[in-house]
Order: sequence, then structure tokens, then C-alpha cells
Amino acid sequence: MVLRKLREGLPLLPFLVVVVVFLIIPTVTVIVSSVYADGVFSFARIQALFSGTARSALAKSVLLSGTTAIIGAILGAVLAWLIVSSPPTSMVRRAVISLCSVLAQFGGVALAFAFLATVGLNGVLTLWVQQVFGFNLAGSGWLYGLTGLILVYTYFQIPLMVIVFVPALEGLRDQWREAAVSLGASTWRYWREVAVPLLTPAFLGSALLLFANAFAAYATAAALVSQGSPIVPLLIRSALTSEVVLGQSGFAYALALEMIVVVAVVMAAYSALVRRTARWLR
Amino acid sequence: MKKSLLAISAASTLALSVLIACAPPEKDNTGGDTSSGVKVSEATSAADFGGMDALVEAAKKEGELNVIALPPDWANYGAIIKAFFDKYGIKVNSAQPDAASQDEINAANQQKGKSSAPDVFDLGQSVALANTSMFAPYKVATFDDIPAAFKDPDGTWVNDYGGYMSIGFDSAKVPPVASVNDLLKPEYNGKVALNGDPTQAGAAFSGVLMVALSQGGSVDDIAPGVEFFRKLKAAGNFLPVDPTPATIESGQTPVVIDWNYLNAAETKKLPTWKVLVPPGSTVAGYYYQAINKDAPHPAAARLWQEFLYSDEGQNLFAVGGVRPVRADSMMAAGTLDKTVAAQLPIIDGPVTVPSPDQTEKATKYLADNWAKAIG
Repeated sequence: MVLRKLREGLPLLPFLVVVVVFLIIPTVTVIVSSVYADGVFSFARIQALFSGTARSALAKSVLLSGTTAIIGAILGAVLAWLIVSSPPTSMVRRAVISLCSVLAQFGGVALAFAFLATVGLNGVLTLWVQQVFGFNLAGSGWLYGLTGLILVYTYFQIPLMVIVFVPALEGLRDQWREAAVSLGASTWRYWREVAVPLLTPAFLGSALLLFANAFAAYATAAALVSQGSPIVPLLIRSALTSEVVLGQSGFAYALALEMIVVVAVVMAAYSALVRRTARWLR
Repeated sequence: MKKSLLAISAASTLALSVLIACAPPEKDNTGGDTSSGVKVSEATSAADFGGMDALVEAAKKEGELNVIALPPDWANYGAIIKAFFDKYGIKVNSAQPDAASQDEINAANQQKGKSSAPDVFDLGQSVALANTSMFAPYKVATFDDIPAAFKDPDGTWVNDYGGYMSIGFDSAKVPPVASVNDLLKPEYNGKVALNGDPTQAGAAFSGVLMVALSQGGSVDDIAPGVEFFRKLKAAGNFLPVDPTPATIESGQTPVVIDWNYLNAAETKKLPTWKVLVPPGSTVAGYYYQAINKDAPHPAAARLWQEFLYSDEGQNLFAVGGVRPVRADSMMAAGTLDKTVAAQLPIIDGPVTVPSPDQTEKATKYLADNWAKAIG
């Protein structure tokens, strides 16, 4: 009996190894190191999470990830719907989807630099607009703060949303619409009572993925913001690599723990939501 | 079916564990003994090997050297690494060239006992002095030539090269900068960048100190420097971008406060890039060279030190626009390359080098006040 159970679980073994090595061990390391270092057990580092700097970094991180997840999810879903409306054999459709797969991975230094060189204080577009219209596009340096991060992050959030949401839209069968229409439903009613409820779990799941994607993104922000550490990943970098203020690696672990907790909370909220919205599917 | 499933499962588990095991092998790094019976990893001079030739021999036998955080365009390290390889045929593995000082220490701790661990360090002051227990003392042949202020008496660390804080600017894009105060003028709107965050990067820290000196502050009072940057920000002149060669060459950062040798390196690529070491507020900073106590290639690490502090190595540093630590005695002996020496900035008046205590005090002030001033 036990043996059979074991044998049934065997195909999952490689997966288990991956999870242990790349997920469980790092997580445990983070949890342990945030309260225990050099043989001393202390909550001082956890307490440091409630200091002004750390709290404002967390608030900004959540705001940044939340905003770009919502903007990305809505615009991405609309774009995905437009893509799906064209026939699957269409060249344009295939081109747009391929383009999205590339752009979704285009974050990082290259993207940040592209924005700096275009609409930064000395960007090409800024200087041109200044010359022609006498208007300073870069304003007070908004690109180097939270506003700039939101704009730049959205740039890779939308294509990511398209990639993950197109399959869900493709899953909507024409027959369902035909059935609804032949039963006398208007287009509006079909969307409201059939399509949207069917798509909600996928939409929320994608939005969560976008949130996590932005929450953990690091390179783009690092290239764009060099003064201060407005968001949590940058604060972790500063705690780990500062040449000036030393010995803060414990604080970095505490911050990492904080990030894990935030994502866990969002995940729990998501699964509760999905359970509610998907109830009628059963 | 069941069987094949089992086989696949077993095979992929095996494959995964091989992957994980693929990390560099553990290595017994106590090394061998030298001909004079001293452990290679504890040799404190070439004499312990039985002379320079024996050291070269031992290093060649190891065949490799791991260096870390040495950007090729920083202090001429690209050419130095090549010259070392050409001379001794020892392969130099340069890891994470753009890493920070603290990353070097982190890498040494994380890869302790592995053949990929760094052999030698090149560190900023505070990181070096906080980690002296990780260094192996070693005195190069030219040790006595190095001024006492620039070395640990036992050779645990030795300053290798230094420079002065400077203002670099693109003369094709902005009017010439003659003093720190010029930077507040409207011509520099949105154009002045600092190399990093002074609570994180040593170069930026020294930049704020330089500005503080020009504003009536001192090495014990960095507050006027922070106040200046607050005004710079309020005037809209401060550009919060991390300057890199790419941002400089593309004109995104037309004015950069950084070490003079880094700014000088830009001049080679961008001829209109001028460098000013502000008169009257000269801040110098020296880097710290040390051998990793757990170096996987202990003999090669020691040979690297001998090379860096030889006339050849010091001249190569000077080509990179930095001031090699033996500059004074080499100038006196006439061994410093004349054309290179002429390019080193001429400094009149006092030069400020903060002591570790002063650095710590200023750091504390910056940690509390920098973000408020600039945020």
C-alpha cells in the first residue's frame, strides 16, 4: 500500500529535487539568516523593517508593482483581444505575438538606457522638443523617480500580459457565443454573463504574475535610479554591496523575507478570489 | 510503462544531481610547500619560495589566477592583465569586472575552498579595513619603497594606486567648469551626475567630501557637502543617473563627479571630455591590494603582487591615469615613465585623505541625511 503510493509519487521526484534546491533551501536560508547570525538570535533585523526607509521602500514597491500590474493587465488584455480577433493564420497576428515575446523580456539596463536616451533630461526627444516647442519634456526629472519606473515597467508588463492572456482568449469557443446568441442574448449580455466570468480567473492569475514580475524586477530600476533606494530590491542591493556602510547583510535577508511574505499574501488573496469567481464553473 | 516511467524519473533525478554537482570542485588549497619548507599559502615574501625564480616557477605550476571586480578600463587593468599573461603565461580569470568592493568579499566567503574563489582583492578603504582577517600578509620585493602611510607594517594590505576627486565635463555640451560653485549655474540644469550613492559607493562618498571642502566644510564636517547637493537638486541641476561610459559618450551625463583617472579614461574615447581637480579642495583616495588568505592559487596570487608593485606594473597603472603608490620614489629614481608622469595631475596645496575614523563619522551623517537632501 505504502509502496504503491511511493511508486505513484515517483515521477514527481525530479520536480521535488528542483523545488528543494531552488526554492526551499533559499527560502529557509533567508528565514533563518534574517533572525540568526554569527550564533546570535535576534529580532533586531526584523525590527529594522519598520524603520522609515524600509517602510517607504515597501510602500513604493507595492505601489509600483500594483500600478504597473493593473495598467499592464488592462491594456494587455485589450491588446490580446484585438490580436485574437484576427484569424490565426494572419501574418500580423503572428508578428505581434512574436514581438510581444521579445519585448516581455526586454527589461533591464538596455530598456532603462533606451528611455534615458529618449526622454531623459538630456534625451534626444527632450532636446528636440525643447528646441522646437520650448517645452521641457523631462520636467523635474520625473523619469528618475517612481513615475519613471511606472512608465518603464509598463513597457515590459503589457507584452507579458499579451503572452499569458492570449491562450485564455483562444479558449473561448465560438460555439458558446453562437449558443448564447441563438438563445436570445445580446453581445453585451454574452460578454457580461459568459465571457467575462470565464476569463476572470485567468485575468486575475495573469495580473498576479505581473505584480510578482514587477515586484522582483531589479536591473531596470538599478540602471534608472542611482540616488537613494526607493524600492525594496534596490534597498537589498544597497544593504549587500555598500562600500561605505558595512555589515548590513542581515538586514538584506530581513528585506528578502519581507518580499516573500508580500508575495505569499498576494497569492493567498488570489486563490481565495479565484475560488469565489470560479465556483459556478463546477 | 511503469518501468519506463521509473527509469525516466530516476534518470532525470540523476541528471539534476549531476547538474548541481557541476559547481567547481572543492580544492585543497593549503597548496604544497615551498623549497624552503614554508607552506605556499603562508609565504610572506619571495624569499620564502627561495627567490623570485622559484616563485615564478610555483605560480606557473598553478597556471591560473582568479581576479575579481577589475574593470578593463579602470586603472588600465585590461592592459595589466594582458601583460601579466604575456610575461608569465598564467591565465587570468577575471570575474564580475563591474562588481563593488563588498562583492569581492562576499564572493570569497561564498566560494571558500572552491577553485573559482578570488585569489586577490582590490578594495576600497572601508571594506578593506573591515576584513583584514581574510588577508594573507605578504611583502613584495619593493615593499620598503612604499611610504609607511600606504601599507600595513606586516604587508597584510598595501595601497596600490590612488587618485583625486575630479569634475569631468563635456566641453562640447556645457561651458567649462572652473570651480565647484559653477555647478549651481543655470547652464548646468539637469546635467550634473555623481558616480553612485554616497551611502553605497566609495567614489560618490569622496565626491561629497570634495564638495564639502569647497563649501567651508572639513574632513570632520561633511554637512556643507550634503547642503550643496540639496541646493543643486533644488536648482534642478542634479541628475540622479549612475554615470557609465555609455551615458557619458551618448551625452546623457554631461558633467560627472568622479575619480580623475576614471574621467581621464573617458577623455581617450571622447576628446571633448575635460577633467578638473578643483583647486583648494583636493581629496585623494587610495585602493587597497591584498591576497585572499584562502586563495586557490596562492603562488600566482603572490606573483601578481610582485608584478603590480614592480616598475613595470606601477608604470602600467600610471598609464591608466592613476597615481601608483611608488610614484614619488620612482620619480626620484627616474624609473617612472616620463610621458606618463607628465599626464598625472599636478596638485598644489594640501591633499585630504580621510582616516578610517573620519570616514565612519561622515558615513553616519550621510546615512541619516543624504536621502533627505536628495529625495
